[in-house]
Amino acid sequence: MSPAVAAVIAGVIRQLTGATVRWVGDRPDPGPRVYFGNHTSHLDAVLVWAALPVEIRRHARPVAARDYWDRPHLARRLLIHLAKAVLIERDNADMAARERQTERMLAAMGERGSLILFPEGTRGTGAEITPFKSGLYHLARRRPGLELVPVHLHDVHRLLPRGAVLPVPVSCAVTFGPRMTLGSDEGRDPFLARAREAVRLLAAG
Amino acid sequence: MDRELATIVVGTAGVLIVATGVGLVLDRTVASSETRAVVDNMNARLRGWWVMCLTFLASMLTGGAGSVALFALISALALREFVTLTPTLRADHGALCWVFWGFLPLQYGLVAVGALDLLTTAIPVGAVLVLGLQSATAGDTTRFLERTADLLWGLLVCVYAVSHVPALLDLRIAGYEGQNLKLIVFFVVVVQGSDVLQYVAGKCAGRTAIAPTISPGKTWEGFLGGIIGATLIGTGLWWATPFAPWEAAALSLMLTLLGFAGGLVMSAVKRDRGVKDYGTLIRGHGGVLDRIDSICFAAPVFFHVTRWLVAR
Repeated sequence: MSPAVAAVIAGVIRQLTGATVRWVGDRPDPGPRVYFGNHTSHLDAVLVWAALPVEIRRHARPVAARDYWDRPHLARRLLIHLAKAVLIERDNADMAARERQTERMLAAMGERGSLILFPEGTRGTGAEITPFKSGLYHLARRRPGLELVPVHLHDVHRLLPRGAVLPVPVSCAVTFGPRMTLGSDEGRDPFLARAREAVRLLAAG
Repeated sequence: MDRELATIVVGTAGVLIVATGVGLVLDRTVASSETRAVVDNMNARLRGWWVMCLTFLASMLTGGAGSVALFALISALALREFVTLTPTLRADHGALCWVFWGFLPLQYGLVAVGALDLLTTAIPVGAVLVLGLQSATAGDTTRFLERTADLLWGLLVCVYAVSHVPALLDLRIAGYEGQNLKLIVFFVVVVQGSDVLQYVAGKCAGRTAIAPTISPGKTWEGFLGGIIGATLIGTGLWWATPFAPWEAAALSLMLTLLGFAGGLVMSAVKRDRGVKDYGTLIRGHGGVLDRIDSICFAAPVFFHVTRWLVAR
């Protein structure tokens, strides 16, 4: 997709959704980063993408579940192709497969790309953020110092909730928080809890 | 352009230019921090008025279609603000789809084709049934009546009421054919003029609060200044309308009072939502509904009284 077309599409999305975009405690930075947020709607990834500044947006790719998106379904295939989504398995039985998957995601980021990830693994009702799956932790572990940016999406489930086909133009908000990194001796569960808390803090305002 | 319409456009532009000049002078001379805030607010409002007046003028230049489109857009934005502040549930999604993709386009479609009887009944009759049925079949009866009533009220105020402004184009007035755009201009100038004059009079002389629990900014002095001033303006514009001077005066007085009532009621809604602590994160396109709150209540009444008075 050419940058001009992408800019127009992103602008239209922001207007239609009335999205307020805020950066709290940090500034946009085009370095390789993982944007991770709460998940309530199919529009989440689109909104984060549209809310990012143009130079980051150009190299940002959403991460999507293969079992849901990689099906013989025209609309889904088209979206996956347009968004250059990175398809992953939600559950990996063996460690080797999980490592290969982590490598594949890091390779997809390259030197200056970013990933948009929803660590809950599935869409919730908007009432609360469910515990995170471990993919975010493995990314940070494999690439020490990788910057992770919490994103809170407010009211997106009202635009297009799970199971609905037609979106409605209710105003929503996208809030980017301060970047975080995996501590040198931080374990998986405390890290994932801290990441989830970072998103939840943004929800509080 | 119609000669009378051109006169009003030039007059409005003159008022805006003078006000902008005054704003510039005040901006240079004011020193104390208290008045500084007032002047900054006034100049910000003035910039808004320039944008709004030019948008309104552009819609006028395209004739009727542009006006219908502009008010459809205003309705859509107002409805979005209203719904965003309304605590809907998952089960309301179907009803919301009906509101945004069904009744909003339907209403303005009826205005565009001039189906007078249908445009005045589609929402009060149709939406009550459809929204109720849609919400009932969605299966969740939590706060059922409240949720349905919220959506219906939003639809009535933001879409149905506002659509009566461009619906003025559909009235057939003997001896006034092809000039109905001026009815819209008369209506908007009187109602919005009343808002502006209330603000100015309130800022200059406002002391006694008129409804402190609902809208602390509104004062008796501002109320009287706005009502009297805008009624005089409306009366002075009788030559652009199909009304006799005394009719224009009575209608202007009615419009300013209804406009004030609309502002008061919409403030009460905001207060109610504010208490529910819902909109702290969403700043959005804040304020379309604030700007048109006076139009919401005045438009349907003006439409029907005008129809009764001159379009029989």
